[in-house]
Amino acid sequence: MFYAKVYITLKKSIADPQGNAIKEALLSMEYDGVKDVRMGKLIEIKLADKSSKEAEKRVRDMCDTLLANTVIEDYTYDILEVQP
Amino acid sequence: MKFGVVVFPGSNCDIDCYNALRDVLDQDTEYIWHRTKNLGSYDCIVLPGGFSYGSYLRGGAIAKVSPVMDRVVEFVESGKPVIGISNGFQVLVESGILPGAFLRNNNMKFICENVYIRTESISTPFTNLCGKGQILRIPIAHGDGNYYVGDETLKRMEENNQIVFRYCARDGEVTDASNPDGSLQNIAGVCNREGNVLGMMPHPERCMEEILEGRDGAVIFKSIINYLKGGAVNG
Repeated sequence: MFYAKVYITLKKSIADPQGNAIKEALLSMEYDGVKDVRMGKLIEIKLADKSSKEAEKRVRDMCDTLLANTVIEDYTYDILEVQP
Repeated sequence: MKFGVVVFPGSNCDIDCYNALRDVLDQDTEYIWHRTKNLGSYDCIVLPGGFSYGSYLRGGAIAKVSPVMDRVVEFVESGKPVIGISNGFQVLVESGILPGAFLRNNNMKFICENVYIRTESISTPFTNLCGKGQILRIPIAHGDGNYYVGDETLKRMEENNQIVFRYCARDGEVTDASNPDGSLQNIAGVCNREGNVLGMMPHPERCMEEILEGRDGAVIFKSIINYLKGGAVNG
């Protein structure tokens, strides 16, 4: 059994107003070292696939068809084998 | 001539669209539940506004995998007119029927107000009764209406005359100040390459009668009726 963590972020070229709002809040709290904040999504998926290769292919398909909108978003993922 | 208004779980402008077509314009209109697998008897499909599937993940993202959407894709391919309004527009871009994507409004607020839009293309089934450059006053109500599209696609869309509406000032000038949500180049509505699918963020169904502070929205639905009756599409 596999456990996938999918990270979805806005492409670097796309402005992130939520990230900016968080950055301003952190600066207002005097976290002076904050240079930039980008906000994204984390999606955790349990998969019954037999091999990590199979799981990875499935996760990539899910990202391309539903989880991410690749017009505006990038995605990465980690896939871990776990005990059922 | 029959109109179908698709109802997803979470649609909330379906009744307004039904009212606009059925009660105001006296058209044969039916609701279409999102599990419907046959759109054969309809001449025009409306994807209404709202929060389909709670707008979880992204606006329109879950609705695009609803059973009815496969049929909508076939309907589009058959050349018949489809209009998506607000969340309906989001469903159309998420499903790839229209180009682009939506980002959070650049001021981070949900905006519900009357805006002015300028008609950039009158050669569509949805704007054939508009005058060239006609300015319409139509309300918007969205939090994720910031239209984005890549440079190359935008260039192709402009060449194909696919930008149908832009946010503008009262006098029709397209300015930064009249852009409510940060949409690229003030884009408020676009059509597909073939011209039979329109997506627009403003809600024409909400301004069909004087009692609702204006009826500028009626020209869009009347244009569709004119088109379906065989009326000419300009230019």
